[in-house]
Amino acid sequence: MNQYETVIIFTPVLSDDDVKRTEEAYKDFLRSNGGEIVAEEHWGLKQLAYNIKKKSTGIYYVLEYKGPSDITGKLDIQFNRDENVLRFATIRLDKYSIDYNERKRRGEIGRNAKTGAHAANKLNKEKEKAEA
Amino acid sequence: MAAGKNIRYLAAPKLGMMRKKYCRFKKSGIKYIDYKNPEFLLKFVNEQGKILPRRLSGNSLKYQRKVAQAVKRSRQLALLPYVTDLLK
Repeated sequence: MNQYETVIIFTPVLSDDDVKRTEEAYKDFLRSNGGEIVAEEHWGLKQLAYNIKKKSTGIYYVLEYKGPSDITGKLDIQFNRDENVLRFATIRLDKYSIDYNERKRRGEIGRNAKTGAHAANKLNKEKEKAEA
Repeated sequence: MAAGKNIRYLAAPKLGMMRKKYCRFKKSGIKYIDYKNPEFLLKFVNEQGKILPRRLSGNSLKYQRKVAQAVKRSRQLALLPYVTDLLK
């Protein structure tokens, strides 16, 4: 079992529902092939640094998962068949990057990390919600 | 002769103290360089989007390799440009 991270760029012509449906499809594909989803991130529509297939924007989606080593090859075939995928990259995570991603999810990395302002803000917001 | 009045320096005197370069990753204990963070990687490329040499960035060899890897991955995902002008 390895831990992988895949960044996918969808074409900007997809509607929100279409994006959700394709994301679900890929997650189901991973689960059915012995994978286990660790985390996902939706970046939404972003400007590309250069044009890909004559598109200047793309919908970014990051998927982190554990799985057997043959899972990435199978996933690559799916991406290559899919016309809605502008580009994708799968990277095997080592112990440092797994640690980094976990800390990032907890909000310990970034500009507010030292003071813990980000984490504190989150807690406060949750408290306010609970009170309301 | 008036030798004492016009002393010539063999080498030009250094203006100001030279600051020693250091590897920021070693210093602050960063183990992993995220390719998904192009704002951070901008520190290691010049205005044309080229990776800065170690001579300028001061990175240790180990982390320079990781920086280069991260910048290249970032370029693949169109987070950083391959070639450009006036990046900064």
